[in-house]
Amino acid sequence: MGANDTGVIGQSVKRKEDVRFLTGAGQFTDDVNQPNQTHAYFLRSPHAHARIRKIDTASAKAAPGVVAIYTGADLEGVNGLPCGWLITSVDGTPMKEPPHWVLAKGKVRYVGDHVALVIAETANQAKDAAEMIEVDYEVLPAVVNPADALKAGAPQVHDEAPGNKCYTWALGDKAAVDAAFAKAAHVTKIDIVNNRLVPNAIEPRAAVATYTRADDSYTLYTTTQNPHVERLLMCAFVLGLPEHKLRVIAPDVGGGFGSKIYLYSEETAMVWASKRVNRPIKWVCERSESFLSDAHGRDHVTHAELALDKDGKFLALRVHTIAAMGAYLSTFASCIPTILYATLLAGQYTTPAIYAEVTAAFTNTAPVDAYRGAGRPEATYVVERIVHQAAHEMNIPQDELRRRNFIRTFPYQTPVALLYDTGGYDATLDEANKMADVKGFPARKADAAKRGKLRGLGYASYIEACGIAPSNVAGALGARAGLFEAGEVRVHPTGSVTVFTGSHSHGQGHETTFAQVVAARLGIPVENVDVVHGDTGRVMFGMGTYGSRSLSVGGTAIVKAIDKIVAKGKKIAAHLLEAAEGDIEFKDGKFTVAGTDRSKSFGEVALTAYVPHNYPLDKLEPGLNEMAFYDPTNFTFPAGTHICEVEVDPDTGVVHVVQFAACDDFGNIINPMIVEGQVHGGVAQGIGQALLESCVYDPKSGQLLTGSLMDYALPRADDLPAFKVGTKVTPCTHNPLGAKGCGEAGAIGAPAALMNAVMDALASTGVKHFDMPASPHRVWSAIQAAKHA
Amino acid sequence: MAVTLSLTVNGKAVRTSVDPRTLLVELLRNHLGLTGTHVGCDTAQCGACTVHVDGHAVKSCNVLAAQVEGATIVTIEGLAAADGTMHPMQAAFKDCHGLQCGFCTTGMVMSAVDLVNRHPKASEDKIREELEGNLCRCTGYHNIVKAVKQGAAAMGK
Repeated sequence: MGANDTGVIGQSVKRKEDVRFLTGAGQFTDDVNQPNQTHAYFLRSPHAHARIRKIDTASAKAAPGVVAIYTGADLEGVNGLPCGWLITSVDGTPMKEPPHWVLAKGKVRYVGDHVALVIAETANQAKDAAEMIEVDYEVLPAVVNPADALKAGAPQVHDEAPGNKCYTWALGDKAAVDAAFAKAAHVTKIDIVNNRLVPNAIEPRAAVATYTRADDSYTLYTTTQNPHVERLLMCAFVLGLPEHKLRVIAPDVGGGFGSKIYLYSEETAMVWASKRVNRPIKWVCERSESFLSDAHGRDHVTHAELALDKDGKFLALRVHTIAAMGAYLSTFASCIPTILYATLLAGQYTTPAIYAEVTAAFTNTAPVDAYRGAGRPEATYVVERIVHQAAHEMNIPQDELRRRNFIRTFPYQTPVALLYDTGGYDATLDEANKMADVKGFPARKADAAKRGKLRGLGYASYIEACGIAPSNVAGALGARAGLFEAGEVRVHPTGSVTVFTGSHSHGQGHETTFAQVVAARLGIPVENVDVVHGDTGRVMFGMGTYGSRSLSVGGTAIVKAIDKIVAKGKKIAAHLLEAAEGDIEFKDGKFTVAGTDRSKSFGEVALTAYVPHNYPLDKLEPGLNEMAFYDPTNFTFPAGTHICEVEVDPDTGVVHVVQFAACDDFGNIINPMIVEGQVHGGVAQGIGQALLESCVYDPKSGQLLTGSLMDYALPRADDLPAFKVGTKVTPCTHNPLGAKGCGEAGAIGAPAALMNAVMDALASTGVKHFDMPASPHRVWSAIQAAKHA
Repeated sequence: MAVTLSLTVNGKAVRTSVDPRTLLVELLRNHLGLTGTHVGCDTAQCGACTVHVDGHAVKSCNVLAAQVEGATIVTIEGLAAADGTMHPMQAAFKDCHGLQCGFCTTGMVMSAVDLVNRHPKASEDKIREELEGNLCRCTGYHNIVKAVKQGAAAMGK
């Protein structure tokens, strides 16, 4: 905490954004309409893999209301969608980057791939006309599972990627790992699948693209988590437009969870087409389209081995993972199963040697990219499932085995590239044990047994790398962009403040949290601070919101801008008070000559800056508006322990989550109410993955079988328990807020905690492992298989 | 072949003519400009489009506009008092942090009001069961359940 913070930090200030959302006054992209607008519909591939022999749009073009129809052949000079991270294979070759056309050219590679853009006077007319487009497809064999895709003879998704291999990448010291395994007293092995998920933000993607002929400029309203990145990629890499000619506005965005980070075909094609039709174009994704075409998450197949000594000390971890990329490389796809995955395999433990090898495979499915947690849930799942199994095999209590291996000295250099700055893993584990009343568990288990039910307790002691990212580190690892954040603090003449941030809020409550940070540092009421985000026309630059980076990186940029405001304010105050600048102190909204009662309020100084009648104009510019960029020097490392308790009905296989306790260390907390809400939401998504959700493609036809909310089980209110959440704090050592980030923790810890609880419950039946989700059928089948084993 | 309709929306008489395939949600959003009612899915699962039709919560994406001839509709825009004072359920959602991105929120609040009208003293389990038709991806429902309880108590006063 800075010296100038007031009591507003750490308070559960009610959210400034809520009234508009609660009264229907929010402005989501679908609420935006432009005069004379047309409506778009995308004709999508009904096949997982096919050659396009011919597209006939003649009769569709003549359909009522049709304004224009475009196919891949029309987009001459338009580049493919870029991937923002270069991964280099172990053999030194760059990853394979086959073209990712905005509209398909020659072939379609997944069900939902973009074939044609139909623009008409109404959405229904566009849809009706799309049905009249005749596409002659030569259907080809498809492959949907990443492990199958790497097998000899598998259908080839891209000619440019032989064997469907995008890259094989490795991290860690293989020889050291092999040596450690050779002397291990015990080796635990596990084969696990991290199930493919569909993020399913409740607001579907949408866009409104407008071209203004008078000045040859474009405005795009769209559902994005990072409007400046969207603009940069679309202008510089795909359409060849100068950036100042495209304004991207992400108004209220109804949830993202990663799926709205990426540059998609739809809005890109619409911006291009808006000039051709010279009218605004609106498109709103239907939920079934969103299942087909939003970037999915996870989809790993992993074999892992853990070497332990006789006392349960971890000696080495060996991990082989096959990760699906889907049909094309989405914006950040390549770094998820590598940079954001393998680097986290140390977890909270002192495992001295780790080696991970990751092969990324193209499949005939929707692209896979970051989904809440992005690589880190997959890493946690590997580590915490294998630790659970090792504890079970060695008959060591779950928490005890974890404790025997916890890192306790910081900073700690892991064998997989990261330098943990700080943490307190015993504290979060101890607190989680209390919150979950682990001492009372044997009695609860016995009681359940009387009712014929099996109770289990599962731990996940996770770590994540957030605050993405130090640009130089990311660049060395293959990032093709900087990962700083920008902030601007505009003090108005009467002392109220507008903050412009490159972070974007789509549910996280930045308008409140950031206002608290500013109010505390400037000593002004929270009500006097408004936060603007999501508009490249108002915010000078930004990298956006993902990877739990907004407060630690975006908030720090704002703090740096505030520091400049205070520094300038001191100069102004020194002039007004006829004192030396070095004697001015700023505290609680007042500039004071040290050791005196002579002071000027923040408001007086602000007014003087804008009405500079008595002002050192020869030495100082008028006005009070500062901007700052902040590039972090390290990642942040939120960590904690989650404990899940389940009750399984062995007759039906139904798993009931009876309790979920999460104790997290997010560093310093600005607004506990908002932080708790983030944990609740993350845990719900993690429980969703472990208990309910799974994206399934038919292995033969490549058709998406879980293509609607009637087939894909999102958690509902009665699927979830009330959550117990708590925190312990070790402040981040390298940003001035001491903040680490909290957005993804729940989704990272919960899947392993839940599955470990299920395996604990089923231990007496002989079941050791099955893959998520723990649906009644899978649980029941596993019990039956163990019975007959 | 337009259909002519008369109905009451948020206390105002509305007379309009629409294409027969127009859904109630399309009438509200596109014809009447009431964009607080949202569309989150296409299978009547998510409940973001929930409004009150003659006092009952209804998913407006699953009803043709033509079916509500003569009905009294209340949308989220019609829930607060004329002076802007929020309905007790809206206030409870704010107080309990029962919303994050705000997209499912309007439908969630309309469902919650109907739930409490039918079950003024609903238990937590009952609330969870009754909210089955409204999906939220942000909150994990924890604070929504809390808000509905608090809103119910405030509505009872």
